[in-house]
Amino acid sequence: MGGLVVPLEHVLLLAGLLFICGLTGLMIRRNVIFILMSLEVMLNAAALAFVAAGAYWGEPDGQIIFLLILAVAAAEVSVGLGLVLQIQRRFKTLDLDQASRMGG
Amino acid sequence: MLQNTVLIPLLPLLSAVILIATAGRLPKRLVATLGAGSVGLSAILVAQLSIAWLDNPVPYSLHLWTWMSVGDFQPGIAFYVDGLTVVMMSVITGVGFLIHLYSTEFMQDDDDYSRYFTYMNLFVGAMLILVLADNLLLLYLGWEGVGVCSYLLVGFWYKDPANGAAARKAFIVTRIGDTAMALGLFLLFTELRTLEIQQLAAAANLQWEPGGNLPILACALLLGGAVGKSAQLPLHTWLPDAMAGPTPVSALIHAATMVTAGVYLIARTHALFLMAPPVMLAVAIIGVATLLLAAFTALNQTDIKRILAYSTISQIGYMFLALGVGAFSAGIFHLMTHAFFKALLFLAAGAVIHCLHHEHNIFRMGGLRTRLPVVFWSFLIGSAALAALPFTSGWYSKDEILLATWTMPWAGPWLWAGGILGAILTALYSFRLVFIVFWGEAKTEPDRQPEWRMAGPLALLCLLSVVGGFIAQPLDQVFPAHQPEHATGAVAWITMGIAILGVIVAYLIYLSKQWSVEAGLNSPGMSRLREFWYSGWGMDRFYDSLFVSPYKTLARIMRNEPIDQLYNGIVQLSLWLHGWLSDQQSGQLRRYAASMVVGLILLVAVLAGAR
Repeated sequence: MGGLVVPLEHVLLLAGLLFICGLTGLMIRRNVIFILMSLEVMLNAAALAFVAAGAYWGEPDGQIIFLLILAVAAAEVSVGLGLVLQIQRRFKTLDLDQASRMGG
Repeated sequence: MLQNTVLIPLLPLLSAVILIATAGRLPKRLVATLGAGSVGLSAILVAQLSIAWLDNPVPYSLHLWTWMSVGDFQPGIAFYVDGLTVVMMSVITGVGFLIHLYSTEFMQDDDDYSRYFTYMNLFVGAMLILVLADNLLLLYLGWEGVGVCSYLLVGFWYKDPANGAAARKAFIVTRIGDTAMALGLFLLFTELRTLEIQQLAAAANLQWEPGGNLPILACALLLGGAVGKSAQLPLHTWLPDAMAGPTPVSALIHAATMVTAGVYLIARTHALFLMAPPVMLAVAIIGVATLLLAAFTALNQTDIKRILAYSTISQIGYMFLALGVGAFSAGIFHLMTHAFFKALLFLAAGAVIHCLHHEHNIFRMGGLRTRLPVVFWSFLIGSAALAALPFTSGWYSKDEILLATWTMPWAGPWLWAGGILGAILTALYSFRLVFIVFWGEAKTEPDRQPEWRMAGPLALLCLLSVVGGFIAQPLDQVFPAHQPEHATGAVAWITMGIAILGVIVAYLIYLSKQWSVEAGLNSPGMSRLREFWYSGWGMDRFYDSLFVSPYKTLARIMRNEPIDQLYNGIVQLSLWLHGWLSDQQSGQLRRYAASMVVGLILLVAVLAGAR
């Protein structure tokens, strides 16, 4: 089956670990740059899972979705970096907790 | 002359209206003139009316106007005057005037002089309407009117909460009877289509069978009203507490007039009661039971007014006994003589209390025979009449009742025996009172003597208490001709002389102290029995635990509105949830992310579990 040299489980485990790393970073970091990077890690973890699954089944779909994810990630980063610039300009900080203007 | 009938109740009412309108701004002298004068004028009118009417003793009606008109229900404001009305009006205005006159001095130092006479005049007006009414609805108006005045006057010194409680008790307990009476009126109207007393009698004779269910039910309901108003078993508990009012009030309302309204009601509707023999028997039994219970209780009281209150209950028991055995004239006769001597006793007791700085306890009195001679002689004559010593007014009336009781078929001798035992007890407790209060050593010194406005009524009532037995009552046409025969022979002799026995026993125990009863009375069993009698046979406690306490508990629970607590709880929960939810919208991005993660995990867990 397919052209996968390592067992699928290993790849999926790696993807899961990466995803959790990204998620943890998302939740505990305060700096916007690092949050965007964590997001990137999570996207790539998902993409890795798609590629591995595509290779496992011998289907091209996984790679197509990977391309889509790349495009989405690129768009997201461009918007995200724009927002980062705005935040920095308005609040003179990249700490998201301090940038919050809502009560509670 | 007969047209002046309208003025008789109108004068006291008018005076009450003036006193209400001026709200205590009149000087005391004017208030006294208005208050006592209006009743005095009524008394003069009644006297004129009686003399004019006795020339030609034919009952007459006076239709003033129609009160309301609903279909065939058209009660009028209409008066009906016959022998019974004349007797009742004479008692109410005559004794009422004397008590008003007495009050002008008794209440001299009270700040609420005007309010007092307002209520008293209102009372006399309502009472006169009660006895003049030609239909039961107008009678009921007077009936409730006197009830309200009784409430207002019992709670006259309203600053003491105990007086307010006594007033409420008097009002509520009589209201239980009044409710029964109202139901009786409804029943009478739905069945007989009229409430006019004379028509009722005729209609009942036509439509009802004697001894049938309807007359029994209707009379039992009317009896309920009479029992409540006249403080008979089982609704008698309010009267002793009603002594919280000023003493002349007790004399007028709770001895001479209002409490005898029940007797009047039964006598007035005797045509109905004669159609319900079981109810008549119940009236007699209630009378005997009440007179014995109250007599035993009076024997153990220490408050001078409570002794008189229980003796009132007891004497009204005699009137009920008379009505129950069909001796209506004897009942009304006793009503009249009782009004004289009991008003006398209350006024004399009031004078004692007045002169002894509001002392009520008979064991802190004593030796007043020489110190308050006028009061002493009044009290002695009153007690002699109450005990029915020979040739006093009470003797004639009580004799008539007991002799008529004996000849009642079947239950007669038993009821008679109860009445005789009651008579001994009556003599015993009334002379116990006299000997303790007026003989012996003085424990409290009087600080004043009654003046003429108190002594005058006392003297006149003394006279009436002695010669009241010779007043012929024009009752022949009112009541059925065949009233019970009088017993003769040994029974008659016992009946006549029995009271003397009670006086001798009282003399031996309380005055000469030849009989030492201390040891016997203080033995454990006896003292428990005395305690039981003292508390009025535990009736108050019984009602308290059966009705009053549960009701108060319920009220206390309801005060916190338990049903509302549920809705308040829902409100509280919503408010709390609302606060919690609005706290979640904190603007902290990282918390949102964490919430999403938790939610996702939960979702996955649920989906995994569902599979």
